[in-house]
Amino acid sequence: MPMITPAFKPSRRDFLREAAATIGVFTLGTFIPFGPARAEGGGPAPGPFDPNIFLQISPDNTVTLISKHFEMGQGVTTGLATLVAEELDADWSQMRFVFAPANAALYNNLLFGPVQATGGSTSTAEAFTQMRQVGAAARAMLVSAAAAKWGVPASEIAISQGVVSQGANRATLAELAEAAMRMPVPQKVSLKEPKAWKLIGTHVPRLDSVAKTTGAAVFALDVRRPGMLTAVVRHPDVFGATVASFDATDARKVDGVVDVQQLPTGVAVYATNTWAAIEGRKVLRVSWDTSKAETRSTAQIFDEYRDLLAQPGLQAVKRGDASAALARAAKIVEAEFTFPYLAHAPMEPLNCTMELSANGAEIWSGCQLQTIDQFVAAQILGLKPEQVKINTFFGGGSFGRRGNPVADWVAELAFAAKAIGGRAPVHLVWTREDDIKGGFYRPMVLHRVRAGVTADGAISGWQHQLVSKSIFTGTPFESSSVKEGLDASSVEGVSDTDYAIPDFDVRQHNVTTPLPVLWWRSVGNSHTAFAMETAIDELAALAGKDPVAFRTALLAHDPRDVAVIRLAAEKSGWGSPIAGAGRGRGIAFHHSFGTRIAMVADVTVHGTTIQVERMVAAADVGVPVNPDVIAAQIEGAIGFALSMVLRNQITLRGGVVQQGNFDDYEPTRMREMPKVEVHIVPSTEPPSGIGEPGVPPVAPAIGNAVAAATGTRLHGLPLGFATLSG
Amino acid sequence: MVSLNVNGRIVDLDVNPRMPLLWALRDFVGLTGTKFGCGRALCGACTVHIDGQAARACSIMVGDAVGKTITTIEAVSGPVADAVRAAWQKLDVVQCGYCQSGQIMSAITLLTGNRKPNDEDIDLGMEGNICRCGTYQRIRAAIHEAASTLG
Ligand code: FES
Ligand code: FES
Repeated sequence: MPMITPAFKPSRRDFLREAAATIGVFTLGTFIPFGPARAEGGGPAPGPFDPNIFLQISPDNTVTLISKHFEMGQGVTTGLATLVAEELDADWSQMRFVFAPANAALYNNLLFGPVQATGGSTSTAEAFTQMRQVGAAARAMLVSAAAAKWGVPASEIAISQGVVSQGANRATLAELAEAAMRMPVPQKVSLKEPKAWKLIGTHVPRLDSVAKTTGAAVFALDVRRPGMLTAVVRHPDVFGATVASFDATDARKVDGVVDVQQLPTGVAVYATNTWAAIEGRKVLRVSWDTSKAETRSTAQIFDEYRDLLAQPGLQAVKRGDASAALARAAKIVEAEFTFPYLAHAPMEPLNCTMELSANGAEIWSGCQLQTIDQFVAAQILGLKPEQVKINTFFGGGSFGRRGNPVADWVAELAFAAKAIGGRAPVHLVWTREDDIKGGFYRPMVLHRVRAGVTADGAISGWQHQLVSKSIFTGTPFESSSVKEGLDASSVEGVSDTDYAIPDFDVRQHNVTTPLPVLWWRSVGNSHTAFAMETAIDELAALAGKDPVAFRTALLAHDPRDVAVIRLAAEKSGWGSPIAGAGRGRGIAFHHSFGTRIAMVADVTVHGTTIQVERMVAAADVGVPVNPDVIAAQIEGAIGFALSMVLRNQITLRGGVVQQGNFDDYEPTRMREMPKVEVHIVPSTEPPSGIGEPGVPPVAPAIGNAVAAATGTRLHGLPLGFATLSG
Repeated sequence: MVSLNVNGRIVDLDVNPRMPLLWALRDFVGLTGTKFGCGRALCGACTVHIDGQAARACSIMVGDAVGKTITTIEAVSGPVADAVRAAWQKLDVVQCGYCQSGQIMSAITLLTGNRKPNDEDIDLGMEGNICRCGTYQRIRAAIHEAASTLG
């Protein structure tokens, strides 16, 4: 994800007011240090690692991280707490977390800013230094407090596993918290050398495991407000249609339905319980104006994509002379790669609760981009962004869907709350059908690749054309992410490839459709890695080279790339024969979000059925803050991506989405899950992301294994996706 | 008025007997640990125990649950439930966690009927539970782990 546009930049005044508004967070116990009164009083603003913003030490001796980041399963709350606890020398058993209130000034994502945002696999990377500084600053203040209390030099004081000690003196963090609060926040802190780390790099248990195994974890869907109404919205069958008229007579007769209102996105049915709202929607009659709607079918759209390839397109990369190099190549690969629309389908369908009051609005939500959500809701409600308070809850998955630059479902809720004059809290609930049919898909994409190889295995010219709808155009991110029509997210993974391609020509074609698209776990890399790694594998075959040796030769300038490929190869037994009919092994490598991952897939193909038996992954994520969470993210990425490899696709017929639930858009199931091994390269480099980069290598590793098993190259996803339906 | 036996307690609900049990539990009884994922018995997020067996609460009408014993994630207990939860926590199975109430309820039913399930038994017993986060490898390992602690 890109830098945020200046439109969201809070003014200094907003910053101070918002800083003051956060005092509420610090009235729950005894805190380190004092409240942010200094900011309000015109003194220096809280420093980037002021512990009072991020940390709370309670009388029961628990240490609570106030998490600037949203937890959607990626383990970030455990990771950030690990960083704080490491420098604080807290005991892991005393660590807890809560979600921070929405406040871009205080909880800014340092890589995007100023915006509170969780995404782009940035959380650990952006907060790695800051959270350690928070822990170190708090530690220094506790040490000062202990020194004053015991009348001893600070240099004699130790903290270990949450116990502060000097000679025979002992204190818990809680016992010193009150006095530590009054100590000045250090202006500079020094951090531990990696060899002194006790928690970073080890498996500390997830902080959310207990709540999520007892039914206690609260997701947005579980929020209940007094007098709350549940709203479900009848959306059009085709994108871009608007309500012409509706008849709510029957809907209003459903027991529990209390209101029906037209919204910009459809017609909302409000009821005292979820089922009544769903039942009411079933008998609602709506006629639609489809004059501006998408009414094409998928095959037709792809034909129009192909026609665009005849156009010059927008030049994303031009290096050397690709066509001259191709003319002297020994062998050439020419291939077209097709990728369907994909829904994110997080397990928890989108939903959100809003309450309006005289002073503003309050939202209960699971959201990645609090600052955007505030801004969007404020615009609709005629409020200032800081009048929109957001309470963040666990997200039941997201994969990008809960972070939308146009905040579609928050906007729909704001209209729904406004339409009934804010007379009751409204919980907007999408059903699975709303989710699968609701758009904001991973774009449908077409790649055409023409690439050559010399007799000794060097790349000799690479022409790459790509057709997609731009994700960023038309969003608040456009000015920072789209340059003269070129959307970097459409070509990432091709344009920035690590492979040595001296003669390289990459072109992008943008299409328009009312169908909205969105980043989907790994964004452009979700398709570009497949095209690149399939073509590379084909070139290796044409050059008569081993796929591992071919890749490492082309990546010899980047030892970290080579190391993950070699590690995956070694751990998978690459080079030893794989016995059995229909069996094959394939490798893929991809570098995205700063993280390098190689995967080796073992598959068996019976007829048209592909069983993936084993995936061996090697990853270089820089410092592995929590290796078990990293392994979990890669295992999960394989489980997630397998569904797009095996079957998932959103198709249109006459503009109508043909899928609607988990029967025709079926995620991976237990029996399909391969055995996954994850190997992590030891590193002291700064940490990079892990939420997304596990996805890109999955499909090409499997595709390359299928080719090894069968001799057949499949050039589209899902594999075997030769002709589009619809 | 419909009377249900939920987690050992009789609750009287003023709901249409055709209402799916899922919504009665979530919106009327106040038990939100049971999740909504698909509403059509496709995903298992809503799995509860009815008379001790895993069942999809989204696809059972309240009227049909009358006279039966309903147990949800919040109250499921006993040696198998304890072993399953402990294994889930030990192996850090959860990611987003949204499917996990249902996974755990299904795993308890599986292990109650089969103390030593092999991988195929697990594939079969857990077939109806989707995890979009892809935690299947750890679910499988946690079921084996729970089986071994149950002895
Ligand atoms: S919600 Fe009941 S099976 Fe999916
Ligand atoms: S843990 Fe997220 S759906 Fe299973």
